[in-house]
Amino acid sequence: MSILVNKNSRVIFQGITGKAGGFHASQCKAYGTNVVGGVTPGKGGEFFENTVPVFDTVAEAVNKEGANVSCIFVPPPFAADSILECIDAGIELVLCITEGIPVRDMAEVKNALIGSNTRLIGPNCPGVITPGALCKIGIMPGYIHRPGKIGIVSRSGTLTYEAVWQVTCEGLGQSTCVGIGGDPINGSAHLDIIKLFNEDPETEAIIMIGEIGGDNEEKAAAYIKDHVKKPVAAFIAGSTAPEGRRMGHAGAIVSGGKGTAEAKIAAFKAAGIAVARTPSHMAKALLDVYSPKK
Amino acid sequence: MNIHEYQAKELFASYGIPVPKGYAINDRNGIESALAKFGDNEAIVVKSQIHAGGRGKGTFTTGYKGGVKVCKTKEDAKAAAEAMLGNILVTHQTGAAGRKVNTLYFTEASKIQKEYYLAIVMDRSSSKPVIIASTEGGVDIETVAEHTPEKLVKVFINPSLGIRPHQARQVAFALGFKGDTQKQCIKLLTSLYKFFWENDCSQVEINPLITTPEGNLVALDAKVNFDDNALYRHEKIVALRDFNEEDSKEIEASKFSLSYIALDGNIACMVNGAGLAMSTMDIIKQHGGEPANFLDVGGGATEAQVTAAFNIILSDKNVKGILVNIFGGIMKCDIIANGVIAAARNVKISVPLVVRLEGTNVKEGKELLSGSGLPLVTADSLDDAASKIVKLVKSAA
Repeated sequence: MSILVNKNSRVIFQGITGKAGGFHASQCKAYGTNVVGGVTPGKGGEFFENTVPVFDTVAEAVNKEGANVSCIFVPPPFAADSILECIDAGIELVLCITEGIPVRDMAEVKNALIGSNTRLIGPNCPGVITPGALCKIGIMPGYIHRPGKIGIVSRSGTLTYEAVWQVTCEGLGQSTCVGIGGDPINGSAHLDIIKLFNEDPETEAIIMIGEIGGDNEEKAAAYIKDHVKKPVAAFIAGSTAPEGRRMGHAGAIVSGGKGTAEAKIAAFKAAGIAVARTPSHMAKALLDVYSPKK
Repeated sequence: MNIHEYQAKELFASYGIPVPKGYAINDRNGIESALAKFGDNEAIVVKSQIHAGGRGKGTFTTGYKGGVKVCKTKEDAKAAAEAMLGNILVTHQTGAAGRKVNTLYFTEASKIQKEYYLAIVMDRSSSKPVIIASTEGGVDIETVAEHTPEKLVKVFINPSLGIRPHQARQVAFALGFKGDTQKQCIKLLTSLYKFFWENDCSQVEINPLITTPEGNLVALDAKVNFDDNALYRHEKIVALRDFNEEDSKEIEASKFSLSYIALDGNIACMVNGAGLAMSTMDIIKQHGGEPANFLDVGGGATEAQVTAAFNIILSDKNVKGILVNIFGGIMKCDIIANGVIAAARNVKISVPLVVRLEGTNVKEGKELLSGSGLPLVTADSLDDAASKIVKLVKSAA
């Protein structure tokens, strides 16, 4: 098995008739993902690429196609509402790719997720991929992945690709890769994904990639220290970033001496996590503590 | 986005939050008429308006000390204003270059009984707005948090419900207010939360919030930050943006939807993705170099954006070398390579350029680069790229 997504995932794309949504829906479909529909209000009844039905609402896609995963490519002013629509329709997993959603909107969404059946990944994230199930939901390039036993969780998109590529170049592969997104308020934290990897029998080892800002990585480290027996390697981006400046990701900001790379690395070391000193040693750092069964 | 103190106080006043009487000017000719609005025996505070803290303890490049002055007479206030306006103020937050003071704010000098601290911030850990208050005002709140955390009260607000009366009372009691002051505090908190929420603030800070000898509350300072992602729905706030306070290269970058931050080093970098861009800075430093900037060209950069990016990084006179690091995901390496080649020809790059491409269509991309005839160096990995650019810059020096 894997985590979050697999062969049984029935995926819809919200914003499928838009340029980015359409392009990536097409790429995911080509990779092997079971794309069962799209949602664009007002375009219900049309077909995407002549085969994928487009619905006006998420609820309709759930009723008619049994959709249980949604990937959101809706522009920032409307994206939070698209997530809320998924919660109301009972979608189990939502991957929100949209970048630039107001934090206030996400605070409301986060509150609405409490007690719901929905798990949110993102926003501002690359999505999730399980190479072994040929299930790619998001914007990551499929070909760099290879089925395997290493779980990868990261706040960043391209830095995840870097880690994936290193793992693949070592002749190993990934169980599932999860981009949780770079925003200050997001649906799932490192900790949530680490718990899933820990329980997943197909995941033997974990790479965790963090960034400066917040205390997400420290919380995950504390959990790993007490509960995770699987080998874990980690990297933190932004050790050279100046305080008080937002480094592209709204979440990547060091304020008042909090969220520094040093503090996070110290927390990792205290938890027995192998820390990659440079971003080009993420796979190598893992192999220092993990001997894959060939 | 940040705004000036005088702008924040004008916004506060429009929400019924008590602030001292004050007038902003940006021209020497306005000094006298602004001072005429104060009484003859009234003490006046002259405040430099820049987006940086530590103004009071700052020094002007002219040698004049203090960017904030309490003046007992109008003559003193006029002299202070003339010494500040149009000059460059250096504080511990501005860096050595300092900031030009284009605006001054004259306010009445309030009589202070006691100073308090009050802020509302969006707390990422709980995903909720949190009110932070303390009886220890007028000092660095981080110090209070570190040494006397028991003197900080935090009240978390449910974003769907907003601030509730018992929560405002909790803060007022914690600050020890009684009678009418307590009522004022509850009203102020409710208004401040409304301001915070309606305007998509990421932080609102009043330090100090004071009580006067009569028991009235006044916001003596005001610091407000807005969520950049939400500016599209706040035209009036966007109009308050002061471009003089921003790096000209950062303004240019924002026009092309590039995420650029100027730094002090001499190796410029151009990267796709924020995490990879930060890591590229880190690895340059680990190889003994200093990054000149953070630059994320995003996931779908066009040739026009790549050209703009080259122009921006080359307008930084400190730049002695450039590292381009692209992990082509959906963006194909051959397209990026064409962008780099076209841009390099257009802007005539005269410093060493190292390009590392990985990802989709990497082979085609590398062939385009090597066939371009441009004096660029290709690299196979992040490590390789960083080590090459650092060596090239050092050997050219």
